[in-house]
Amino acid sequence: MTKQYEFPSKGLPYLLVLPQMAVVFVFFFWPAAQAVYQSFFVQDPFGFSLIFVGFENYTKLFADPAYWDSFGVSTVFALSVAFSSMFIALFLAVQANRKMRFSSFYKTMLIWPYAVATMVAGVLWLFMFNPNVGVIAWFLAKVLGIKWNHLLDSGQALLLVSIAASWKQIAYNFVFFLAGLQAVPATLVEAAAIDGAGPGKRFWAIIFPLLSPTTFYLLVMNLVYGFFETFPIIHQVTAGGPGTSTNVLVYKVWRDGVINLDLGSSAAQSVVLMILVIGLTVVQFRFIERKVNY
Amino acid sequence: MKRFFMTAFTLVLIATAVFAEPVSVDFWHAMTGKNGEIVQAVCDKFNASQTDYKIVPVFKGSYSDTMNAGIAAFRAGQAPGIIQVYEVGTATMMAAKGAIKPVYQLMAENKAKFDPKAYIPTITSYYSTSKGEMLSMPFNSSTAVMYYNKEAFKKAGLDPEKPPVTWPEFFDYAKKLKASGMEGGFTTNWISWIQLENFSAWHNQSFGTKSNGFDGLDTKLVFNTPLTLKHFQTIYDLSKDKTFIYGGRENKANPLFSSGQVGMHFESIGGYGSMKATCKFEFGVARLPYYADVKGAPQNSIIGGASLWVFNGKGKPEYKAISEFFAFISQPEIQAFWHQNTGYLPITKAAYELTKSQGFYVANPGMEVAINQLLNKAPTGNSMGIRFGNFNIIREIEDQTWEDILAGKISVKDGLDKMVKDGNEKLREFERLYK
Repeated sequence: MTKQYEFPSKGLPYLLVLPQMAVVFVFFFWPAAQAVYQSFFVQDPFGFSLIFVGFENYTKLFADPAYWDSFGVSTVFALSVAFSSMFIALFLAVQANRKMRFSSFYKTMLIWPYAVATMVAGVLWLFMFNPNVGVIAWFLAKVLGIKWNHLLDSGQALLLVSIAASWKQIAYNFVFFLAGLQAVPATLVEAAAIDGAGPGKRFWAIIFPLLSPTTFYLLVMNLVYGFFETFPIIHQVTAGGPGTSTNVLVYKVWRDGVINLDLGSSAAQSVVLMILVIGLTVVQFRFIERKVNY
Repeated sequence: MKRFFMTAFTLVLIATAVFAEPVSVDFWHAMTGKNGEIVQAVCDKFNASQTDYKIVPVFKGSYSDTMNAGIAAFRAGQAPGIIQVYEVGTATMMAAKGAIKPVYQLMAENKAKFDPKAYIPTITSYYSTSKGEMLSMPFNSSTAVMYYNKEAFKKAGLDPEKPPVTWPEFFDYAKKLKASGMEGGFTTNWISWIQLENFSAWHNQSFGTKSNGFDGLDTKLVFNTPLTLKHFQTIYDLSKDKTFIYGGRENKANPLFSSGQVGMHFESIGGYGSMKATCKFEFGVARLPYYADVKGAPQNSIIGGASLWVFNGKGKPEYKAISEFFAFISQPEIQAFWHQNTGYLPITKAAYELTKSQGFYVANPGMEVAINQLLNKAPTGNSMGIRFGNFNIIREIEDQTWEDILAGKISVKDGLDKMVKDGNEKLREFERLYK
């Protein structure tokens, strides 16, 4: 039985949440409503001419193969970022969780990239992989004989932004995995060891299932990151190119709205994105938080 | 006590009347680094030259950031007096008739010193109606030129004082440079601005119908001609053995040239200063090459850069201040100062003559090459400039398609046709908004 505090008056609780709701309303609901409203119009940037077009912005969007491409690219990108950064982070967390010298030093170093601004992370990787003057590109070409040119090779471009985005996210995942690992009761692991289970067996049969809430939480967070928060990296490293091969959904919204001033289409795209985020959140709350347990 | 306050209050009132605050006007711009400092210096000079007006330059980020900030501010009723807008935003600003105050009107209403004939026609035409009425004040103007590495020329057995004049010569030189041991022969920035827009103007060919959009919104792209096809096909073919190396969009190809990997490069004359700072070798600036078999070539090149727009709905004193400021920055001394310190072109003939008499071009011959290229012939309907709505997205389509061509995803011919077809759709969308 949880202890509940009774408010003396009925109005007080509402009054107390009012400031928070006001902020949410001004910064979230109002712009979201605006986006929905504007997605039914085409308009000039200055707002002199506003033409109602119904669902035309949407039909145009979904009839445009470039938009479906963008959807595909975003999905591939988000999935590869989520899986590679989670896999590497889990591996590192397991290694760092052992008793050893300098372990807090390693942990600090592994968390460090998270403090790097996303934009700066993009610039770092761009410098190293610059096909003309980058260190890694030079190494690939001269030593391994691999021609690196992400300016023209779509696959390499997607790989590069995925690496840059994952690198940054590894630190974030690492913190959560490490915390998750430390919460695994040592007694269980020791008991398994006494029963003769090797390190691999102990990991897959005991530790990994116990980590599943963390893993699923991170999966959703990483997908959200991959879909919606990687804008600075794309902007800095490829600007959506070559062609449209790294033109992910968030980047396209921004370009069409802010640079190309096509407000109607941009609004329609942001409504689509909004529905996606709502969907992911619902999955997280309804499905994962309830079904995943041990 | 009450009386004391009354007296003090009256005194304050008198004081404000006597030491009146100058009329202050905000000027939003997008000039970074050294150029930003020169903008500040020009405004300081104006503010020091008189006491009635004050121009306050405010840096607002990139060109698109600045334009967006201006649009948002206008919609909120907080627009600055003056805003710098890049050339691709020109048609959008022009079409927004209620938002802007045309410069020719502003100058006439305030009886400011203004002689449209004093300006260089190829520059002002970009920002004027087809009747010749100047809508915005040209500010930083540049044009596309060829840069070449003189030391690499010597190494390849080419005369460093004789850069290639025609495209066939140019491609021949590029092959020789590559054969001399360079990574590649040439590269280029700004594929649309240099290899399509300037390329068309320089050959006196239409980039779009209706004088490239000057005569109406019902303009269409028509640059997918046999000439452009031949040009792009040649570059594409040369990309296979890396005689041509692609360096990225906008001005991202610069490191290829400045690091000595290619011997020839196309870039804005506005990039002259940074080229000087980054290249550790001697380089020359030459005119754009042309195809000698095209009648009328070379014509004149067109400008890039930005102009100053005045927002509508300001008070009389503000407009007076702006008109005085525009008259001030049009003076030969100020223009020459701007031109010599930033690398952008002078907007008046007098400023050019002044700079010449000061011997500036002896030390910086590249600058004069650019001016002469602009002044080569009186501009025609094909070489006044480009006036397209949604121009930014059209350039983006061209960039994307060019990358697809180079990656071998689409043939050169289909690529050019796609640029025209997709670009025309964007022109129609813009036309619909302003009908």
